[in-house]
Amino acid sequence: MTAAGWVFMLSSVAFVTGLVIFCFYRVLTIPNAAEHLRGPLNIDPGDRDD
Amino acid sequence: MTPQRPREYWGTRIGVILAVAGSAVGLGNFLRFPGNAAQNGGGAFMVPYFISLLLLGIPLCWAEWAMGRYGSRFGYNSAPGILGALGRHRFWRYAGTLGVLIPVVIYMYYVLIEAWCLGYAWHYLVGKFSLGDDPAQYVTKSKEFFSEFVGDAQDGMMVRGGLQISVVFWLIVFALNFAIVYRGVARGIERFCTYAMPLMGACALIVLLRVLTLPPNPADPQTLNVLNGLGYMWNPHAADAGQPWWTTLKDPGVWLAAAGQIFFSLSVGFGIIINYASYLRRRDDVVLSGLTAASTNEFFEVCLGGLITIPAAFVFLGVVGMQQAGLSTFGLGFNTLPVVFAHMPAGNLFGFLWFFMLFLAAITSSLSMLQPAVAFFEEGLGLSRRAAVTFLGLLTALGSGFVIYFSKGLVALDTFDFWVGTALIFVMAMLQAILFAWVFGVERGYRELCAGAQMRVPRIWRFVIKFVSPTYLVVIFALWCFHKLPDYVEQLGQGGVALMGVLFIATVLTFLLILTHVAGQRWGDPARLTALPEEEGGA
Repeated sequence: MTAAGWVFMLSSVAFVTGLVIFCFYRVLTIPNAAEHLRGPLNIDPGDRDD
Repeated sequence: MTPQRPREYWGTRIGVILAVAGSAVGLGNFLRFPGNAAQNGGGAFMVPYFISLLLLGIPLCWAEWAMGRYGSRFGYNSAPGILGALGRHRFWRYAGTLGVLIPVVIYMYYVLIEAWCLGYAWHYLVGKFSLGDDPAQYVTKSKEFFSEFVGDAQDGMMVRGGLQISVVFWLIVFALNFAIVYRGVARGIERFCTYAMPLMGACALIVLLRVLTLPPNPADPQTLNVLNGLGYMWNPHAADAGQPWWTTLKDPGVWLAAAGQIFFSLSVGFGIIINYASYLRRRDDVVLSGLTAASTNEFFEVCLGGLITIPAAFVFLGVVGMQQAGLSTFGLGFNTLPVVFAHMPAGNLFGFLWFFMLFLAAITSSLSMLQPAVAFFEEGLGLSRRAAVTFLGLLTALGSGFVIYFSKGLVALDTFDFWVGTALIFVMAMLQAILFAWVFGVERGYRELCAGAQMRVPRIWRFVIKFVSPTYLVVIFALWCFHKLPDYVEQLGQGGVALMGVLFIATVLTFLLILTHVAGQRWGDPARLTALPEEEGGA
């Protein structure tokens, strides 16, 4: 592994990992983010019946 | 008249993100990316890769998310309906037919590959995967196993003398896909992906840990070790050994490979994101959700795929061994890695984890390929969920059966993958980019994208999506046609399975265009569409 290889690997992994952590952090901490968007799990669309 | 039927929506924010990420994360993250990078400059590949992510992948992703959510305000969840609503002209409905054809045809062969993954996982789980006792024969035995498992020696092998084991797995996987899709967006796809994605991540992390802690190969500990394996993947290098690594960046083939990797990895132009996003409400954020889904895909690709596959193969096979076993997607996945697991202590356990992870990656993708067509049949033809799923099942079984029967050299699979899974996706993505930025209008598109957004979209995105992304796409497509098209056109001229495959695709396309026409009659003039009232509780 060369120095350049370390730079490319660590910077790529760090960038992507940082980005995904940032995104999920924002998603999970924005006030309405973790709430159910709606309760469709409780709604039967009715079109699965015969 | 816009479709009148019970509306479906995602249940949770995390659910839709995991579903879209699941759609994007597939075999390509773990098998295509590592080989692609290693063969196109190693670490230097990441320069055009990340540039393509910023100028092509993310802009087009955001556009698709915005388009899908916009279409839902008119009651549309299918690409023909959504594109018609954006373009306000019947032409765009017909263009949107590609957004149904592409995922349906890709499903027809992808579900078979998914079955292979499950089949391999099963063989490892029950201890039936053996390459013999002679390490010198591992590569040969691995190739023989794959060849026999998929029937690539002869057409009809998979059904001769009864169903072969891979066909049994295909039946299981095929049924499982439809059972999940039948349950609907929230109860089926979302619920499954909410469990499958973290499980996939856990399996991948376990395998990653195992690979990074591998001891050097006793045959040549100075060379065959994990660090050198990582170096083979990440050290930047030029095609000519004597040249500096940055000369790689002057090779258009490297830019083509990188842009293509980003493009296909993020599932842009498949008709899937546009469908999934249509189950959002008018004020639901698409910017942060879209970026989160894309970054999740990148995590699986760069941080997991990029650190597992090539280093593991390098430790046990070395450079020459890897090239003999294969660095293509199938070569790496089904020839090279079984050899790795044969050498590895507790290889059955890690082999099972690896292939089960690939199966999860594949099924979360294949589910997303079915939903666009189900939505189209429901809203375009007025079919019930049961009828739509049954109809789609028959159609895809026909196509999948074609691929299974004509297994020699995997020509049928390769034909579908080339013409639909590659060429038509480029076409669809270009049409979407033109529609969104030029017909719908980039200013309207920007306002639509930013509605409900939970992070700021840089204003330069408008310039990028209007000029840079389409130009980049056209250039890649032209280069790709120049390099790849002549061989495949020549293959068609020879007749046989390739020609039959293209005729099959053309038949399905014609059929879907007719259905789009019928749907258009039901929906009315797209120029006169009016948005549905916002539902109670909407933002």
